[in-house]
Amino acid sequence: MSTVPKDLKYTKSHEWVKLNGDGSVTVGITHHAQDLMGDMVFVDLPQAGTKITSGKECGVVESVKAASDVYAPVSGEIVEANAALADSPETVNKDCYGAGWMFRLKPANKTELDGLLDAKAYEALVASEKH
Amino acid sequence: MGNRTPLYDNHLKMGAKIVDFGGWDMPLHYGSQIEEHHKVRKDCGMFDVSHMNVVDVKGAKVRDFFRLLLANNVDKLKTKGKALYSCMLTAKGGVIDDLIVYYMDDQWFRVVMNAATRDKDMAWVNSAAKEFGGLTVTPRNDLAMIAVQGPNAKEKVYQALGEALRAPAGALKPFHAATVGELFIATTGYTGEDGFEIILPAKAAPFTWQMLHEAGVPPIGLGARDTLRLEAGMNLYGSDMDETTTPLESGLAWTVALEPSDRKFIGREVLDRQKAQGVPRQLVGLVLEGKGVLRNHQKVICNGAGEGEITSGSFSPTLNQAIALARVPAAVKIGDRATVDLRGKPATVRVVKYPFVRHGKSCL
Repeated sequence: MSTVPKDLKYTKSHEWVKLNGDGSVTVGITHHAQDLMGDMVFVDLPQAGTKITSGKECGVVESVKAASDVYAPVSGEIVEANAALADSPETVNKDCYGAGWMFRLKPANKTELDGLLDAKAYEALVASEKH
Repeated sequence: MGNRTPLYDNHLKMGAKIVDFGGWDMPLHYGSQIEEHHKVRKDCGMFDVSHMNVVDVKGAKVRDFFRLLLANNVDKLKTKGKALYSCMLTAKGGVIDDLIVYYMDDQWFRVVMNAATRDKDMAWVNSAAKEFGGLTVTPRNDLAMIAVQGPNAKEKVYQALGEALRAPAGALKPFHAATVGELFIATTGYTGEDGFEIILPAKAAPFTWQMLHEAGVPPIGLGARDTLRLEAGMNLYGSDMDETTTPLESGLAWTVALEPSDRKFIGREVLDRQKAQGVPRQLVGLVLEGKGVLRNHQKVICNGAGEGEITSGSFSPTLNQAIALARVPAAVKIGDRATVDLRGKPATVRVVKYPFVRHGKSCL
């Protein structure tokens, strides 16, 4: 299994973004991010209706080892947060691109999505951080 | 590249995530540190602790030497094989390191000290030993150390390493050691569970590790080692105490032997004075009442009693909530509520007596 799925977009701060085709996008953190953090024990996500701003922190993930902000990949309004993560934060480790998604977002300005990284560019970013 | 233990290749083969720990390339976990934690509490697991500093001190005056060097009193060691936990202090009463010393015979004591403090420990021990003629101080870099811990640890060790161990190792009371052939087996540990710490020739370590694994003992990384020891309320050198704190301020008064009052030991004057004037700070346990994780160095606001600081904060997998050790003013009482600044948000913590967990059960 690829740890950087080809059909997703990425941020430099290690979020992934999936275009849902209905005008909304789904956001989570990447395999690389969850691997660096280790076992997740606490996930704090923005509520539906919250307006978030591109590049600003909008949530927190905490592992046994560390706490890390989750950044908004683009500006917009939260449609839904993944409530299941409150009781089973370990899902982020086990299935970061699937059941471990964090929130759905309605982007304010779709052209912002063009500024995200593609899989190839994100792979290069991860490779450069390992050195 | 850091120092590597004789088990480094075993760790890589088992899929360990390797991190630097005090200059050593050590396994943080082999997949999930929380799952590893639960295995030790419910069944058993093994830790490579070969980075720790095993030192043999030999000579006619070895007991006199430790009587001066340690804040605890080696005269408590009356039967061969008995172990003692102690701090080694500066003249100002600060903790240079914490250690376990084993009384092997009247000419031989074995000490196990921390890895990250190796150089300063050896300088201190060697310099103190000069005052005692005829002592030899030998770091045993030819040895490795494997801790097997958990309710089923001892049975698994007999299964893996031979029934011949059952009689001599099984007869050991807690905090004792015996040599069995090439193995030095101790009923000590850093998890709050039953088990052994086994010191063995470095060359035999990879094979022994493999035998234990084949008997069903999973490898456990340093990540789980830290949450296990924190739940068990055991101090970590460099976090919960260091040269700026005395053992009396670090929850380690039980390891300081001020009686008999005529025993001179390094750091004694400061501890006597602190005891007489009242110890200003204490180490307490904290439990976070809501969600989130307590972290080292977070400030603790103790209503009306001043401020303190978290020295070891983490998430307790057994209790499924955040716990911490914190150094707070002496006036703080068990049962008090205090406030911790959790990433900019105030959070309520309860002050508790630790350990938090012993033998798999909550102590709260």
